[in-house]
Amino acid sequence: MQRNSGKTFKAIVIGVSTGGVTALKKLLGGLPTDFPLPILVVSHISPDSDDGLAVLLDTLCSIHVKEANEGELIMPGTVYLAPANYHLLLERDSTIAFSIDSPVNFARPSVDVLFESAADVYNKTLIGILLTGAGNDGSKGMLKIKNRGGTVIVQDPVDAEMDSMPKSALQLLKADYVVCLKNIPELLHNIVEGKL
Amino acid sequence: MTQMTGDEISDIEIKLLMEGLFQVYGHDFRDYSEASLRRRLNQWLSTSGFATISLAQSQLLRDRALFETLLRGITVNVSEMFRDPSFFKAIREHIVPYLKTYPFVKIWHAGCASGEEAYSMAILLIEEGLQGRFRIYATDINEEVIQKAQGGIYPLQELQHFTRNYQNAGGTGSFSDYYTARYDHAILSANLRENIVFAAHSLAVDADFGEMNMILCRNVMIYFKQPLKERVLALFDSSLITGGFLCLGTKETLDNRNISSQYETIVPRMQIYRKRYAKK
Repeated sequence: MQRNSGKTFKAIVIGVSTGGVTALKKLLGGLPTDFPLPILVVSHISPDSDDGLAVLLDTLCSIHVKEANEGELIMPGTVYLAPANYHLLLERDSTIAFSIDSPVNFARPSVDVLFESAADVYNKTLIGILLTGAGNDGSKGMLKIKNRGGTVIVQDPVDAEMDSMPKSALQLLKADYVVCLKNIPELLHNIVEGKL
Repeated sequence: MTQMTGDEISDIEIKLLMEGLFQVYGHDFRDYSEASLRRRLNQWLSTSGFATISLAQSQLLRDRALFETLLRGITVNVSEMFRDPSFFKAIREHIVPYLKTYPFVKIWHAGCASGEEAYSMAILLIEEGLQGRFRIYATDINEEVIQKAQGGIYPLQELQHFTRNYQNAGGTGSFSDYYTARYDHAILSANLRENIVFAAHSLAVDADFGEMNMILCRNVMIYFKQPLKERVLALFDSSLITGGFLCLGTKETLDNRNISSQYETIVPRMQIYRKRYAKK
């Protein structure tokens, strides 16, 4: 229980694939408008998608949700979604970068690309969350976050619409928390407030 | 002084190497955005057999062949034919009518990678009746990739995707008329290549191209830091005729740049801009 005490967190990254819309509605829907950290999300979407998912989530959630813009400085209380067909990365000055490098794990945007670049920037002050999805994108990224001293949360495979992404991560690393989706907002609140 | 972390040290190694590569080979990556550069360098490093950038540096600065492998790794830009079909549709519907008013149209495709988008533009302009009235100057920093672009040969497995893009981009013909399939590759028709001049050109160090009617530079500057972005935009500005068109990637914008005020937005979400006629 001492594990995270005294830690201050700077950002949260979330990776999700199949079942993403429902999962993000639940998770982000449970966060308050004044949530104290910026949140970056990679959700696997088809290459020709527009910003519809961000617009939808923004209307359903109290926290502000938007599609990420290139060069944008990330702010607390805001959720940034990776646009379709671009990898989302983070620069050391906490601004958003894009790349059209080849798909990673058959995905662009790829969860691993975001997680690994965010781990480079935030090290132990980063929280990584891996949710439902097919395939294994995000596992390597979660391992890097963990190795850099960050906190990793994996959706309980039993609770996930598709369990292979969470399962794959759990085979690679020991998560700090394995929880059901509905409990993540409260868990985040407690972690960020230093109650855990 | 406290010991630096491994990350901090590797950031310094990258800076030192970029300075060395510039001085030895003239290739300037000092103003490339770090996140992608770091990822690409680490990928190269993991296949190179060197444990750190510093250990690789000595040989990189002396062995051009090794440097070429690194160059390939950090400048590779992937593309596809008719990437963002709605962009090409917008060109067809909103820009081609202007281009048709000129006796001859010159287009600079900056950062053309393996040529997919340059060929896409050639197909579009031919379908719009501009055959023989346009030339595309397609440039990239990477000479190897330019050679590949000249060949116009792509894996057959990608053609299905290209065909779908072509249709969504408002193609008026049959995409299969533009290539011949051989074994597992497709070679694009020679008459497309006739309209394109491929050349090596570095946006970071080389000079402008004159008198262009349209410049496309899509998803290239996303890898550049602000000062290099400004340099490249100034280069484009001096290469573009008044009333010419500047096209960026759909997630790039001309907002808050030095040249912004001289440009008007023509197709908002597609990032197609036009250089204004001088104010009277």
